[in-house]
Amino acid sequence: MLFKQRRFLGLVCIVSVMALILTGCGGPSGPKETAGQQIIRYNASAEPQTLDPGMATGIPEMTIINAMFEGLTRYNNKNEPAPGIAESWTISPDGLTYTFKLRDARWSNGDPVTAQGFVDGWLRALDPKLASEYAYQLYYIKGAEEYNTGKGSDKDVAAKALDDKTLQVILKAPSPQFLGLTSFQTLFPVNSKVVSAHPDWIASPENYIGNGPFKMVSWDHNQVIKCVKNPNYWDAANVKLDELHFYLVDNNTTGFNMFKAGQLDIQYNVPIQEIAGLKGNPEFKIMPNMSSYFYRFNVTKKPFNDPRVRRALALAIDRQAIVRDVCKGEQLPAYAYIPFGVPEPGGGDFRKTGGDFFREDLDQARELLAGAGYPDGKGFPAVSIMYNNNDQHKAIAEAIQAMWKKNLNINVTLQNKEWQTYLNDMQNLNYDIVRASWTPDYMDAMTFADMFVTDGGNNLTGWSNKEYDRLIDAAKSTDAGNPKARVEDMHRSESILMEEMPIMPVYFYTQPILIKSSLKNVIIPPFGLEAEFKWAYVE
Amino acid sequence: MARYILRRLATMLAALWLIITLTFTIMHIAPGGPFASEKKLPPAILDNINARYHFNDPLWKQYTDYLGNLLQGDLGPSFKYENRTVNGIIKDGFPVSATLGCLAISLAILVGLPAGIISALRRNRWPDYLSMFLANLGFSVPGFILAGLLMYVLAYRLDLLPPAMWGTPRQAVMPALALSALPMAFLARLMRSSMLEVLGQDYMRTARAKGLSERLAVWRHAVRNAITPVISYLGTLVATIFTGSFVVENIFAIPGLGRYYVASIGDRDYTVILGVTIFYAAFLMLMNFLVDLAYMFIDPRVRLVDRKEV
Repeated sequence: MLFKQRRFLGLVCIVSVMALILTGCGGPSGPKETAGQQIIRYNASAEPQTLDPGMATGIPEMTIINAMFEGLTRYNNKNEPAPGIAESWTISPDGLTYTFKLRDARWSNGDPVTAQGFVDGWLRALDPKLASEYAYQLYYIKGAEEYNTGKGSDKDVAAKALDDKTLQVILKAPSPQFLGLTSFQTLFPVNSKVVSAHPDWIASPENYIGNGPFKMVSWDHNQVIKCVKNPNYWDAANVKLDELHFYLVDNNTTGFNMFKAGQLDIQYNVPIQEIAGLKGNPEFKIMPNMSSYFYRFNVTKKPFNDPRVRRALALAIDRQAIVRDVCKGEQLPAYAYIPFGVPEPGGGDFRKTGGDFFREDLDQARELLAGAGYPDGKGFPAVSIMYNNNDQHKAIAEAIQAMWKKNLNINVTLQNKEWQTYLNDMQNLNYDIVRASWTPDYMDAMTFADMFVTDGGNNLTGWSNKEYDRLIDAAKSTDAGNPKARVEDMHRSESILMEEMPIMPVYFYTQPILIKSSLKNVIIPPFGLEAEFKWAYVE
Repeated sequence: MARYILRRLATMLAALWLIITLTFTIMHIAPGGPFASEKKLPPAILDNINARYHFNDPLWKQYTDYLGNLLQGDLGPSFKYENRTVNGIIKDGFPVSATLGCLAISLAILVGLPAGIISALRRNRWPDYLSMFLANLGFSVPGFILAGLLMYVLAYRLDLLPPAMWGTPRQAVMPALALSALPMAFLARLMRSSMLEVLGQDYMRTARAKGLSERLAVWRHAVRNAITPVISYLGTLVATIFTGSFVVENIFAIPGLGRYYVASIGDRDYTVILGVTIFYAAFLMLMNFLVDLAYMFIDPRVRLVDRKEV
């Protein structure tokens, strides 16, 4: 009996070993509390794919990198590029040569930030061996595209350090957006000494040397990145925060609960189902977001090869009802493609100048459809709306499906696709109608306009219009130096797009966020990054 | 016995190779790739990427290269997370998932087994009804509902526990509860039915007839015999729970390994897909092997030998 008991104990031991051996069952250690300090806890919503300024492409990544780096310029609270590491600059009359004067600035390890640091950073991002996805953000510079695509050498890239404090850049064509781009991650400088001494500098907080308002002290994957004020920052006197914590919580409902429980100070993505209950809450704010939500039509296929069909469908949905009942975040119904917030030369707003291009009109829609050979929807081919798997896209597609059925008596089916299958099908024109959206790369209408040129990489509708191509080309070449003519080209191109309607605008985005009332001067810009913390403080 | 172990190891390696080959094939058939994005990249930039990550090599070469590196214990770099390796991801994530899994399984065993035993002994009386009602509930409520409910009640309404994140014992309570519900329910039901079967056996009557007290009869004869199917289940259970759960880790913001099983597939992060699949498969096989060894202790009839040797 005793022996059998011991055998039984042996079994218990094996089970315990199974449970313990490979784990070390170590108890988790607790975080330390800090009180009376200036700290902001922001949910960056995902583990960053990388914090390498030359490699990063995502907006959440940019938000974190921007806190620890600074380009030649930095966007201010008026959404304008203001002096950053460059204290001043001159632009030649032909708009091609930019000469930046750098201020006395230091890296977080004390090294001086030089003009060569910018050249190093840019050549690094362009190096074909680094294979940066965003290398094309530097293609405005003469010789940059050639170097990146293996047709030229790094010596021919027209960015030169004339001395430690002077950087000269020559563009291949006048590009009004270039100044703003110098605040963008791909154009940040790097500390070459650190990069060559520590090839894995990105991964280790002690070697992650930046030149921005904050510096990293720890990076716990899928948990939190902790930054503290960088005392070597040139404008440290105006940085009031002691610490800035980027939480990496990807579930929005969890982030919402953490905000409610006081574990977070800002939750950038608010779950849609919570919005109704937050109305009137002073911590709930709806911020502008310069992005456009639209449907693409595959114009290479019947029935969407007929512009009358595309227009009929666009006129027969109730956008007000979609934003009010489905999206709920005070999005703006879109009667044009380019959203509000894009500045024009002379201080206007591109959308306000351009105005609406169409109005919802059921009678006209039915007439157009009849004219195209489908009176009262009779004989309309079986088509489908494709979207990527997401509750909101699904709800919008269902609403539009019902509106078309009711208003035009046509039947469309819905196709819910996994993200990569969706991208693949959209990029191969393997769809009838597909939901899409566009976020700007820079603060200019061109970031929206040039994608719809014939065979443009992001056209993806099969649509082609000679006059449209000519206008975009003129805006980029002959009219590039003439701001008024350039913006006029883009207004005219948008009117062609809205006449032909290879795409159907649905709404302009907004950004509902949760932010503690005690936080001041946190800038939530309409594009590029989620939040700017340089001037932020806690009251 | 040594021969048996060697044979088992050889079978495990062959199975692992098959799993790698199948996973490799299927993931390359799926459309897309690790660098697909909504903003389509210029072709020249895609060329640079394909060259850097050897996507231009023929698939068979990518496959043999991968196997070569694997033999040296190198699971490769992640494509999505630029500065992380798959080895690093497993090294960071597994201890967290395993700690949580250890808590959840201990909880499941400590509550589930006694509940099953008591149910069987008090069959068709209220303790039986109560525990089987709870077990059916634990069995049928999906993990994300239970996790959401726990967070809503314990963190949001009652403010007893922090809603999410990992690091303090208090933060481990809700995820451990959520993770343990299903195995607890399963263990309780399994133990109950297994006990009922054993209690009806002749040797139980003999045990009682020769004058053993009810307690001794139940403990020494019934429980010991009834636990065999539970042990077989434990191997799979430990492997599944210790390697992490996507739902629980996502909802409670836990930096474990479970999130990568689902996320890496959506991202087409090839090396991570393969790495976590291999890791899970190897761990599962190891656990099943340990279970078979455990039988030797629990059931004297089991001898670990090759059939030929018998």
